[in-house]
Amino acid sequence: MGVFSGFRESLGAWIGRIFKKKRAKIGLYGPPNSGKTTLANRIIKDWSGGVMGTVSPIPHETRRAVRKEGVQINANGSSIQLDIVDTPGMATKIDFKDFMAFGLDEVEAKRRAKEATEGVIEAIKWLDDLDGVLLIMDATEDPYTQVNVTVIGNMEARKLPLVIVANKMDRPDAFPARIKAAFPQHSMVPVSALEGTNIEELYQAIANHFG
Amino acid sequence: MDLISGEKLANMTSMEKIRLILDKVKTGKIVVLESGLTPDEEVRLIEMTMTEIRVDEFSGIEIESYPSRKELSFLDRIFGRSLKGRMTVIGPANQLRTIEKDQYQISTKVSVGE
Repeated sequence: MGVFSGFRESLGAWIGRIFKKKRAKIGLYGPPNSGKTTLANRIIKDWSGGVMGTVSPIPHETRRAVRKEGVQINANGSSIQLDIVDTPGMATKIDFKDFMAFGLDEVEAKRRAKEATEGVIEAIKWLDDLDGVLLIMDATEDPYTQVNVTVIGNMEARKLPLVIVANKMDRPDAFPARIKAAFPQHSMVPVSALEGTNIEELYQAIANHFG
Repeated sequence: MDLISGEKLANMTSMEKIRLILDKVKTGKIVVLESGLTPDEEVRLIEMTMTEIRVDEFSGIEIESYPSRKELSFLDRIFGRSLKGRMTVIGPANQLRTIEKDQYQISTKVSVGE
């Protein structure tokens, strides 16, 4: 039985190589409010229709990982099927008072903070079950955050492909060269997930790195 | 502030390191690790921190380390070497704040008596 299933898997991989059609489970990672869900929604809208999740200026809007299966992306003459996992924002600290600054009452702020801690744990657990990562950074912010350093370090240690997305290029203070200088060993694509700017280049990078 | 030597860390398991760090940080100490943590230990530290956050008691940690030096060389792979952690500073989120950080320098501000 094991030999037969092994043969079937090998045959599937061989057919995949012949037709250059592959499947990869990729996670969208990054600090809160870097635009992960906006980018996930853009990818889903462009290739399969629908939305992945709601977007909000309040940090930790996504507090549960959401997976969308079988999103087919065509670029560079090849086709890749993606299972996209939009993960909650990674953080090393969560204080309910930070949510109250956005107008949430104390009860709601505490509830959101509790869920946000669970979301970070969930995002970390997903690292064990991915084929690659899109690390979304806010191009207007300092890239040397510990979340970025830790995610990149983990991808390097696991030898998994990583593409850095310098998001929010629609903002006048976006400075993607700072990200490239911080992590020169990795591919970086500057985009505006909100406006769709340069999104084709990102699809090519996805096909190159995860295909 | 506690500076922990690379030798001490080398003789500890990942869980022992994480427990040591969190126990110190939760009592308000800043911890400097000479040889840092591996990427996996860093992510496990964040995970464990999340489970220990309590309203009005502990809001998490500030942790700062440098980006990894480089990818492993061919010889590193041949000899089974892995990427080593780099000097790391960890403290309570309400007391340690990063002012500036780049590839070569981490500037932090420590508040006391909060």
